[in-house]
Amino acid sequence: MSDQARILKFQIFRYNPLKPGDKPRMVTYEVTEAPGMTIFIALNEIREEQDPSLQFDFVCRAGICGSCGMVVNGRPDLACRTLTSKFADGEIKLLPLPGFELIGDLSVNTGKFMRSMSERVESWIHDTTADEVNFDKLEERMDPDLADKIYELERCVECGCCVSACATKRMRPDFLSAVGFMRLARYTLDPRDKRTDEEYYEIMGDDDGVFGCMTLLGCEDYCPKDLPHQTQIAYLRRKMALVR
Amino acid sequence: MKVIYTDSLVIGGGLAGLRVAIAAKQRGYESIILSLIPAKRSHSAAAQGGMQASLGACVKGNGDDEDVHFSDTVKGSDWGCDQDVARMFVNTAPKAIRQLSAWGVPWSRVQGGDRDVIINGEKVTITENHEAQGLITARDFGGTKKWRTCFTSDGTGHTMLYAMDNKAIQMEIPVHERKEAIALIHEDGVCHGAVVRDLITGELIAYVAKATTIATGGYGRLYSVSTNAVISEGIGTAIALETGVATLGNMEAVQFHPTAIVPVGILTTEGCRGDGGLLLDKDGYRFMPDYEPEKKELASRDVVSRRMTEHMRKGKGVSSRYGDHLWLDITLLGRKHIEKNLREVKEICEYFLGIDPVKEYIPVRPTQHYSMGGVRTRATGESPTLKGLFSAGEAACWDMHGFNRLGGNSVAETVVAGMIVGEYVADHCAANALKISTSTIEHFMKAEEKKITELLVRDYGENPFELKVAMQKIMMDKVGIFRNGEDLAQAVEELKVLNQRAKNIALRNKISSSNPELVEAIRVPKMIKMAQCVAYGAQLRTESRGAHAREDYPERNDRDWLKRTLTTWTDDSADLPEVSYEDLDVMKMELPPGSRGYGVDNTVHHPDTPKRLSQVEEIQKANPSANRHEMQELLNPLTIPEKFKGKNERIGRGYK
Repeated sequence: MSDQARILKFQIFRYNPLKPGDKPRMVTYEVTEAPGMTIFIALNEIREEQDPSLQFDFVCRAGICGSCGMVVNGRPDLACRTLTSKFADGEIKLLPLPGFELIGDLSVNTGKFMRSMSERVESWIHDTTADEVNFDKLEERMDPDLADKIYELERCVECGCCVSACATKRMRPDFLSAVGFMRLARYTLDPRDKRTDEEYYEIMGDDDGVFGCMTLLGCEDYCPKDLPHQTQIAYLRRKMALVR
Repeated sequence: MKVIYTDSLVIGGGLAGLRVAIAAKQRGYESIILSLIPAKRSHSAAAQGGMQASLGACVKGNGDDEDVHFSDTVKGSDWGCDQDVARMFVNTAPKAIRQLSAWGVPWSRVQGGDRDVIINGEKVTITENHEAQGLITARDFGGTKKWRTCFTSDGTGHTMLYAMDNKAIQMEIPVHERKEAIALIHEDGVCHGAVVRDLITGELIAYVAKATTIATGGYGRLYSVSTNAVISEGIGTAIALETGVATLGNMEAVQFHPTAIVPVGILTTEGCRGDGGLLLDKDGYRFMPDYEPEKKELASRDVVSRRMTEHMRKGKGVSSRYGDHLWLDITLLGRKHIEKNLREVKEICEYFLGIDPVKEYIPVRPTQHYSMGGVRTRATGESPTLKGLFSAGEAACWDMHGFNRLGGNSVAETVVAGMIVGEYVADHCAANALKISTSTIEHFMKAEEKKITELLVRDYGENPFELKVAMQKIMMDKVGIFRNGEDLAQAVEELKVLNQRAKNIALRNKISSSNPELVEAIRVPKMIKMAQCVAYGAQLRTESRGAHAREDYPERNDRDWLKRTLTTWTDDSADLPEVSYEDLDVMKMELPPGSRGYGVDNTVHHPDTPKRLSQVEEIQKANPSANRHEMQELLNPLTIPEKFKGKNERIGRGYK
């Protein structure tokens, strides 16, 4: 790395819907690059030193919690783990994730979307005996490889990048999206969940569900956790097609 | 005035808060959870390595039980913990993990037969018992006698949090997101809820409840570099302090984790060392066996962090533009293991360091990680001084960790405390009616409104971001891993000055709705008070215990300091908190004070210790036929909610 620090140019979407008269616009900020700088570090620096009104969301800043999804130079991604050194020309354009309610600037309400997704897919183990389980006794056994497979599908952090990258979602506002399909795939794999295929069909067996997917697979391309969306959507479709 | 009524108000949507709300709801009480963020993004998700519970199913966990877990926890705490609480905890942890299993956590399971593992730098083949096939397995962690840390790869907190939040969604428990509690409503020693600011609209709302539970996590962000999420600023604990009635416990007890990456301070799990990773110095030399021949890299966290610091002070650190660091070597674990069981670590290394830990060493340094201190509670989770105020998880000083927490005991505590405290919250809701006059609510709402208005109209004043950075630097430089009287005295004085300056914050962005600068301006004065509690408590405690290491008082001094620090802030205009102490009663300890087995034992013993030791011996002699459960009853009779009293089954051992 050369000793001469670069000046990064951030173009950031600004709009506060709660501020009377405010209009959407792009604003440019300059930041001196530091070694190992991430977009998390740069945005905080801009807020602290240049514009204290700038809104964005970070929580874990380690790529674990999924709070900081935003569109970085055209790609939905986790901003906290995106190094500024990745961009050769030092120009970084940041937009809020589309497909979610805008809170302000780069902050969107993914929480509201994800809670309603969870309610819609009934994102919990369906087993009437789960609450009566005698936890003094040995737990129910599970095949070790199956446990690993379930974990594989449970690595989703609900960042919303798949929703923003989804062309079907753009056309169908109520489209369940990859995050919902991944959750369903996780439960269909889990023997603790006693739901039948018919019950899953009620949740996703229509055009707002798995049959609406146009298979453009933005979800697969942009998932920050590299989850196997393509395979799982195909799997669910086949499974649902066999129901009726 | 907008007022929302409920039975049980929970502040914080992480594992502890969710579990308390679930417990109250199961008993039929309405619960509302307030959270700064969507619950699934809480800092609980960042717990990587695992949850301790003495299931004893894997072969290296055979022989484990509540008693061994208890002894590890008490020793780990440097005898600073409340042994009643530690006992309730270890007895309930196996139930907690089994319940979570039924609720959907895909715990890693035992695979019968041979497998290769790395122990003490050597490849060893161990043979898992076929009878245990498919039961929940465990990995090794620091400061534990058995392999007890149950896990899902290194995303344990994530899977636990998802299962818990999903359960809360199933039970239709509302989580009011992007809401911040900024003051507690209380009168005549009773807490009635909180004044809450909507972080989007800026509206103030009174949440009024029979029981209010603070479950807002730790205060790691008082330090410049912390493994904690950026929201772990201790605000929940601070609003308890600001009542002037609730007490905080052991605020000076702050843990540093040995292996956070340099410079950003993101955690790499203890599982790295538990699974066989080594610590190396600038010469590639494995130094821990020289300092701690028995436990080596897997000594307790406080010990490893101090040894690493000592070694770097000897000039053995790797120098970098961000200061000295050491290496964490997991290359010997092999690609297959890393990609399966340490994949978050691998991702973190790739994204933040640009290295592949399968082939390269990870630069690490001890970094602020955990707050043992917090809202002082009884074993029921209720504040002893402010009725109706409860606390659970890292926010609380329930006090199962004393002066040092064992790895894997934090997520375990969140869930177990949630279960136990949740029952007492429900009991409280059953026994108490909501009695509060609206003028009291109005009084607290007006006070907060006034503070915010003052911030918004002041033309010139202090910059809240700058005050925070100054506070974090003081804590980092002077209230760190090793402490001394001189630095602490300076820290206390410098923080007093910041406290005064924080009364004169002015904003550049003068709007009352969504405004990150206003959020900072509300939080920073609270954070400075919290920092003062930590620094002042550390200055007054002239001994070394667990993570509180005084260079000028290197011995653990049970004679004078076997007591818990209690901090209150009764006079808001005062520039220091008031500190008092409560004794830990040696004569009631199930495990009387002894040596932890690290370095030289220079403990100054308490006069009651030999008395209690011989008393314990007499009780054991007098009851030769008592089994371990009966013996525990004799040594440490406990009150524990009825539903958690059952004995725990183990493979090959039954309920013995």
